[in-house]
Amino acid sequence: MALISRGFRGRRRTDVDPARIPPGQYVVEGFPVLSAGPTPHVPLDQWTFTVRGAVGEPRTWSWEEFLALPSEAVHTDIHCVTKWTKLDTEWRGVSVDTLLGGVDASAGFVMAFCDGGYTTNLPLADVTGGHAWVAYEYDGKPLEPKHGGPARLLVPHLYFWKSAKWVRGLEVLDHDQPGFWENLGYHNRGDPWKEQRYWSD
Amino acid sequence: MERLAPRKTPLVWRVATVRDVRTESATARTIVFDVPDWPGHLPGQHVDIRLTAEDGYEAQRSYSIASPPADHALELTVELIDTGEVSPYLVEELQRGDQIELRGPIGGYFTWQPADGGPLVLLAGGSGLVPLMAMLRHRDASGATVPVSLLVSARALPALLYRDELSCRARDGVEVSYTLTREAPSGWTGWNRRVDAEMLRAVGADPQRRPLVYVCGPTGFVEHVAELLVGLGHDPHAIKTERFGPSGG
Repeated sequence: MALISRGFRGRRRTDVDPARIPPGQYVVEGFPVLSAGPTPHVPLDQWTFTVRGAVGEPRTWSWEEFLALPSEAVHTDIHCVTKWTKLDTEWRGVSVDTLLGGVDASAGFVMAFCDGGYTTNLPLADVTGGHAWVAYEYDGKPLEPKHGGPARLLVPHLYFWKSAKWVRGLEVLDHDQPGFWENLGYHNRGDPWKEQRYWSD
Repeated sequence: MERLAPRKTPLVWRVATVRDVRTESATARTIVFDVPDWPGHLPGQHVDIRLTAEDGYEAQRSYSIASPPADHALELTVELIDTGEVSPYLVEELQRGDQIELRGPIGGYFTWQPADGGPLVLLAGGSGLVPLMAMLRHRDASGATVPVSLLVSARALPALLYRDELSCRARDGVEVSYTLTREAPSGWTGWNRRVDAEMLRAVGADPQRRPLVYVCGPTGFVEHVAELLVGLGHDPHAIKTERFGPSGG
């Protein structure tokens, strides 16, 4: 039984379905920005997306080639480990299934790598099967740099640090290893519905 | 000097008791907590707070730690957000002797300790000063001598935090500058404009000095200042940022 905070009543939202809010989260209207350093700016003519590692020949797409891949519209709720949840967000991007098409699933894991040096690790099962995208549009417009543009990973069923901003590729691995925040005390998987915020959760 | 890694202590909820509260500005106060078995922290880290209403409704938010690791009590400085859910309770309701749940320390990147060296350039927007204050207090408490330049940007004079303490700390290699982005009182000797490149150079954010730069504040402040720093030629990896959104609580 949690400790009752004397005199605390809270400001409950009556306009949102509580079943859509993971434990410990609260709904925001804006789109908060979080990152560990300055926002990188890579010219689109120098941008590439690469799948490498345990995949045989690495594959690389230029920006134009990437935009020519089949894309999907994604309507989803997003949940940040810093407690905010944003409902009904609209994205467009390329399914990770498309990017990894044909990769040997026995490899098991991916590490997303990004401009600025950020990394995050994910089980292959969390980025395949229609669970993840590399998104380049938000709300019908090109994704803003501060929100991860030109392209970010979108893995909305996990806390949003897994949806790496400024993503430049996926390294397919046959073993798991912690990424940036996972090395700094955050949970290895980050399922918001299990409230897996920190390593010991 | 050995650099300490963030400790791997399980992040369990602890019952913290309010030892004292201090008014810091028209809209902020510091809450001093006794936390049994607090595992220690690094300057720059934060805690999660969990409040529970009588019917079981819960709200959680994160707050930066203001006190240095050597202090026996854990201090948080909380800025009131009118539309918030947790900050009005912490700033206006919580009293000495009350108990709340917290856990931490959290965050292992936006931290500084003497072994990291310097010089340090600390750039604060509003209550983004709080984790930077923990760094400055730790520098002094640990006897470190790295030069520090602190620039505090606030809307107006009544919003400035820790002003008396900062005027005492502004010696022996510590320089403190202010800019007010809205109204400044007559006789104001600090800047009276938004942070710009000239101001950053004037406070020692010169890439030739190879400083470690910490920027904390609202998103607009951090984005703006980090862009200016990169434009001045700072190594992006030497710039650490921490933001709190307008949606905070």
